[in-house]
Amino acid sequence: MARMKFICDAERCIECNGCVTACKNEHEVPWGVNRRRVVTLNDGVPGEKSISVACMHCSDAPCMAVCPVNCFYRTDEGVVLHDKDVCIGCGYCSYACPFGAPQFPSQGTFGVRGKMDKCTFCAGGPEANGSQAEFEKYGRNRLAEGKLPVCAEMCSTKALIAGDGDVVADIFRNRVLKRNKGAEVWGWGTAYGSKQAGQPGVTAPEGAKS
Amino acid sequence: MKPVTVTAALAALALSLLSACGEKPQTIGGARQDAAPYSGVGSSFSDPQWKQRDRVGWESHLRARAQQGQNDYNRMN
Repeated sequence: MARMKFICDAERCIECNGCVTACKNEHEVPWGVNRRRVVTLNDGVPGEKSISVACMHCSDAPCMAVCPVNCFYRTDEGVVLHDKDVCIGCGYCSYACPFGAPQFPSQGTFGVRGKMDKCTFCAGGPEANGSQAEFEKYGRNRLAEGKLPVCAEMCSTKALIAGDGDVVADIFRNRVLKRNKGAEVWGWGTAYGSKQAGQPGVTAPEGAKS
Repeated sequence: MKPVTVTAALAALALSLLSACGEKPQTIGGARQDAAPYSGVGSSFSDPQWKQRDRVGWESHLRARAQQGQNDYNRMN
């Protein structure tokens, strides 16, 4: 199996925020933390585009590189996860991440910054699969249930696609060929490297943006 | 009491007191090892069409699920 990846098809996203709501509901994400959010480019201008953004589980994740306590790890499926028992909430990862994925809940009387929270690709964390401890810290482990991330599965227009990199790239490529436009994959090059991002004529159609 | 015994007792006492001054290891081992997702969750939440702990089955099941659920051209044609 190739590594797990997200693709957001800006031609299809209608900014309904269904992915955001589904994620918050599935994982019971605390107030003030958004693991996923919808960003609109050129809002209000004709031709505006919306994209759903969360942790992209980068090939060469900058958060992993800067973490001073080495709390991140990558699974065999390419999902970047972290251990909240090791995280000290320093926030370095949030500065390093190009997608603004790391989130920090406010805890305690004075709103002290808590441990980092981010999208897990619905793969939980280092606690036992499906355990209560895993759910409380990281949310549901849908991958271990034989399911794909809920944000993508709930997407009404199928703008957000998640799964095996080869499969999602194939689905997206097929769409672009059918509609003959909208080959831009925002964030793809930043997350997965320029070679995988598709230099013209390699894996993605010409005009792919990073 | 012999002076040798007293000296030995004092030395042992001094050593036990000094042990409190020792440095405890402060290294963090980093993230723990995670169980593979294909090992399943052992509960009824799992997709019934997939047998837990079957790696190849898990991979092919997710591929099929992605095609069925996310590739609308497959469903339309």
